[in-house]
Amino acid sequence: MSQDKKTRQAPQTTGHVWDGDLQEYNNPVPDWWLIAFYISIAAAVGYWLVFPAWPIGGTYTKGFDTITYVNDKGVTKTTHWNTRALFLKKTNEAVAAQKPYYTKIANTPFEQIAKDPDLNSFVISAGKALFSDNCAPCHQQGGGGKMGLAPNLTDDDWLYGGHFTQIQQTITNGRHGYMPPFKTVLNDTQMTELADYVLSFSKVPVNPASAQAGNALFHSETAACYYCHGADAKGRTVIGSKNLTDNIWLWANVPAAQTVADKENVIKNVIYHGLDKGVMPAWKDRLSADQIKLLTVYEHDLGGGQ
Amino acid sequence: MFNFKHEWIETNIGLLLVLTMLAISVGGMVEIAPLFFIKGTIEKVDGVRPYTPLELRGRDIYQREGCYLCHSQMIRPFRDEALRYGHYSLAAESQYDHPFQWGSKRTGPDLARVGKKYSNEWHVEHLVSPRSVVPQSVMPNFPWLLTTPLNISDITERMMALRKVGVPYSLNKQEYDANVKKFGAKTAEMLNIADARKNLIKQAQEENYDGDRSNISEMDALVAYLQVLGTMVDFRKYDDDAFVKYR
Repeated sequence: MSQDKKTRQAPQTTGHVWDGDLQEYNNPVPDWWLIAFYISIAAAVGYWLVFPAWPIGGTYTKGFDTITYVNDKGVTKTTHWNTRALFLKKTNEAVAAQKPYYTKIANTPFEQIAKDPDLNSFVISAGKALFSDNCAPCHQQGGGGKMGLAPNLTDDDWLYGGHFTQIQQTITNGRHGYMPPFKTVLNDTQMTELADYVLSFSKVPVNPASAQAGNALFHSETAACYYCHGADAKGRTVIGSKNLTDNIWLWANVPAAQTVADKENVIKNVIYHGLDKGVMPAWKDRLSADQIKLLTVYEHDLGGGQ
Repeated sequence: MFNFKHEWIETNIGLLLVLTMLAISVGGMVEIAPLFFIKGTIEKVDGVRPYTPLELRGRDIYQREGCYLCHSQMIRPFRDEALRYGHYSLAAESQYDHPFQWGSKRTGPDLARVGKKYSNEWHVEHLVSPRSVVPQSVMPNFPWLLTTPLNISDITERMMALRKVGVPYSLNKQEYDANVKKFGAKTAEMLNIADARKNLIKQAQEENYDGDRSNISEMDALVAYLQVLGTMVDFRKYDDDAFVKYR
């Protein structure tokens, strides 16, 4: 509570009287405040001289201050102060500071990068930032993947291959999963047989006779599953067809299905409708080739790399 | 000598009104109005086009659902923003937006360059149930987008309204030809008001944004809109300082 001298004085009014008895206090702002206010107005004139300020017809005063930056072509340029030049200067300075690392990554074979402790710590910190922003929305933090959306990157199952060059290719150009629907080709019994055959690899207690029939169907020209999934049902990384023998699931949520019949149904659902999903965007337009190489090493080392 | 008295203003409602309006319009007059006259406010850049009918309806839904309350569409020229979102936004990129979706108040991330960053499937999953893919998200669920058929009955009127404020949707041969020259034949076709409904249905069926070909849902439109955001300008064609000279 201020016991200032002014507040103890009788309040002054402006002298106006409204509606016969309505008056208005006259409380001027303190002098220190007014002085600071006038100083700030005077300081604005300084700003006008230094920075871009006043519009004049089709252009504006540019100010005396300048920024010198080096662009991506290596050309040094000087321009009047503006936020875009300032941004470019700061960014290119930071890029230059990281450049030795990225150059080293570009010139080091994949296998050697993780063996260099300095480079490896750069890969881990820069990779984590890149992964969190770009990859984690689908593949989740840590790369565990999400059933029905994006594969787990930390296990041994790779749709398109888990070698360095294959991962690099996947990130660079993206992927698009496809399996044709079989609803008009196969009947319900045949789909059950195929599901049983697939489940038999994962030690699910299915009817052996049905699985045997499924085996025959799998390798027949009727269903022709082996065209894409291979005669051993282990998939082909060239086209991204799933390995059906490793009890790792992406599109058919077998682990969540309780009974054998439920497990059959989730697989039959995929066979029936086919797949036109599993789209991974191409990152070559968004990330640099060096960043992609760094991410390749980062993802390879998440646990599952081959 | 001239003796100013506050009372003059306070006792004359007309004068008070005029002076108040003058005072509050100073900011707009010195900060906004000159931008309409300064050459280079809108950068010269290739690729920016008006939205297709489907994208336009997606944008309407974006506004209806209040996405802009949490998501800005303006990447500022700061290093942290460029690292996360991409190249800073150009004024040219929102030249056909009425109203624009700029802002700096973000509860969610900026969406100026979200286009093509994630798959359509991801967007559908995320809009229906954000926490199923981003556990820490505070975004509400928008499940009805997937089940609500898209209303396209007034698409021509919507394009006509935008044409009135300067968006080059074409109504006649002359405007169509101008669009062909400016945007190419394929885009000009999409900007033709007479074919709006046909084009909207065609794009939704071809691209199948929501993963369900049986109908055109609001999800189709919204994902179509999200997938085009920030993708019109190919920045690889330009030096990194190509847009400095406009400021």
